[in-house]
Amino acid sequence: MIDAENITKSYFTGTPNELTVLKNVNFHVEKGEFVAVVGASGSGKSTLMNILGALDKPTSGGYALDGEPLEKLSDNQLSAIRNRKIGFVFQNFNLIPRVTALKNVELPLFYMGVGGAERERKSRELLELVEMADRAKHVPNELSGGQKQRVAIARSLANDPAIILADEPTGALDSKTGLMVMDIFTRINRDGRTIVLITHNPELARMAGRVITLSDGEIISDERVKGGAIA
Amino acid sequence: MIFENILLAIGSLRANKMRSLLTMLGIIIGITSVIAIMTVGNSMSASVSDQLSVFGTGNISVYIQEKSEDTGNTPLFMRSATLSESGGIVPDSRSSSKAPDSEDLMTQDMIDAFAEAFRGRIDGVSQARPVADSAQARDGELYANVSVYGVNAAFENANRIELVAGRFINASDVAGNRGVAVVSEKAIQNMFAGETPEGALGRQLKTYANGGINVYTIVGVYKYTRSVLSVSSVAEKDIRTNLYIPVSVAMMDSVEKNFSSVTAVAAKGVNVVSLTSEIENYFRSVYARNEDFGVAANNMESELSAITNALDQISMAIALIAAISLLVGGIGVMNIMLVSVTERTREIGTRKALGARNSHIRLQFVTEAAIIAVIGGVIGIILGVSGGTALVSFLDVPMIIDPLTVFGTIVFSMCIGIFFGYYPANKAAKLNPIDALRYE
Ligand SMILES: Nc1ncnc2c1ncn2[C@@H]1O[C@H](COP(=O)(O)OP(=O)(O)OP(=O)(O)O)[C@@H](O)[C@H]1O
Ligand SMILES: [Mg+2]
Repeated sequence: MIDAENITKSYFTGTPNELTVLKNVNFHVEKGEFVAVVGASGSGKSTLMNILGALDKPTSGGYALDGEPLEKLSDNQLSAIRNRKIGFVFQNFNLIPRVTALKNVELPLFYMGVGGAERERKSRELLELVEMADRAKHVPNELSGGQKQRVAIARSLANDPAIILADEPTGALDSKTGLMVMDIFTRINRDGRTIVLITHNPELARMAGRVITLSDGEIISDERVKGGAIA
Repeated sequence: MIFENILLAIGSLRANKMRSLLTMLGIIIGITSVIAIMTVGNSMSASVSDQLSVFGTGNISVYIQEKSEDTGNTPLFMRSATLSESGGIVPDSRSSSKAPDSEDLMTQDMIDAFAEAFRGRIDGVSQARPVADSAQARDGELYANVSVYGVNAAFENANRIELVAGRFINASDVAGNRGVAVVSEKAIQNMFAGETPEGALGRQLKTYANGGINVYTIVGVYKYTRSVLSVSSVAEKDIRTNLYIPVSVAMMDSVEKNFSSVTAVAAKGVNVVSLTSEIENYFRSVYARNEDFGVAANNMESELSAITNALDQISMAIALIAAISLLVGGIGVMNIMLVSVTERTREIGTRKALGARNSHIRLQFVTEAAIIAVIGGVIGIILGVSGGTALVSFLDVPMIIDPLTVFGTIVFSMCIGIFFGYYPANKAAKLNPIDALRYE
């Protein structure tokens, strides 16, 4: 599903203070896996995630998503990949302000060109799934952190993507709410969706089937978790 | 898609009401002035044409003018001018100029010779001699207020008199000094209660003016049209209309036998402008020996186009100012859109992460700019129309609003929004998704 070979990411390339945040990272994830990425702050987790999500490009190395290399794709083609294959969940939710929960969930469908009625039907279904149906008409400002994150998860699922990329989705939530969000991810994963999740919480990481540890831009460990989710 | 974007744009404008309003201000001012100018301009030229349409454009005023008074080609309306009795416009002479003596004026022989010389090219020379400004025509107890004029047959054509019954004063009335009169429908109504115009023909009326009483037989009744411009508060029964009698009859009581102005009516198909200068040339030799006075001529056609030209020029000048304020308004839209794009960088990043193409983002912001401009335009139209209406009613001219102008203005303001919104929208569209998402 995810095949990243020799990924290197550097900033300020060619200048004296060149900064290499990812060093020859090889990252492979099979379909249906639930992978947790852990590591110290600044170790390059988000950087890696953004590359995997086709939001950012590696300085060198090859990356293929679902068998399709992304290097040569145009901006519009990358937009289409993000739209159809990837669902993002962010630490700070990134819901569109002033737009209702329902309309937020509809966004990926909107950009895919799905008609209004079908968009709404699908979005309501997803809000139901994350138990947010009663708040469909509320704007983000009127929701708690956990509620926002549940809406964001519903949104990430809107286009039925093969992969969910979540960068510290529980980072802004208390541990109880965090567990609830993790529970949703576990359920989604059981449906056969691939999940890559960044977390600082070792307890949550152990709920995944596989934990990858990054340190200083390099993968230092990659282990299966017994009793964790599908690995 | 467009509809979604419009809803989205309205939502974000409502979130920043004050800012949106201030942004629209430039456009509002621009559109308001454009619409107000157009309304006033259209109404004014309509009113001018309406005022002058009582005369044919083929009317040429021929009048005595001091020779030293070189007016060049200054159009009449830029000087003070008076409607002449015979059916034209004659400029007022300067206060410093001396009044012409009787022998400086045009004699009847001169006028007849002039008419003869231009036979075929003019349809006659209209002459009028005011007899009494405020007279009363009576039949027993009932009366009608009238102004009495002595006129000739050509007067009918020059003043576009429309008869509803009988005939106008004709040449034999003038030659035979007949005591006949042509009156208005209104006068008939007031003087012979319930009488039809046809029934009034052949009846007699008495005029009371300047202490004298005259008796005339009615031979014609003309159509009374209330001027659009008259806002008189006079009661219907006191409305004053003109009563025409043969000019020769009027002359009998007159000390002054000569004329200071007449109006020639150009025949169909004759070039009025060149005919006017030919008439001036003709009189130049007639008045060659008069040191102080000569005869000048001007035509309605030139006057009308001069007025229209002047109005157009004024409109152009103000339109230019309006265009500048629209430009400033457009730049205001651009400025606020740039601010908006910066403020919403994270939102743009999120949208791109969710699969928005560059074109989606561009369309979203262009739509927002267009909506700002169109709302500004609509407010401008409302203010412009009401401002124009106020000005028009102050100027006492009829109100004219062109629906095409209104529609065009809305389209135009949308174009301003699209034009000035494109750059910020494009900037938003080209943001790198990851940079946009990380933007603090
Ligand atoms: N645009 C950038 N320009 C320069 N350096 C950057 C940029 N983005 C990230 N970095 C650097 O890359 C390194 C890795 O950052 P990254 O955000 O991937 O860390 P992380 O593992 O997600 O940390 P955290 O757990 O705190 O979120 C950091 O040292 C950061 O300073
Ligand atoms: Mg991070």
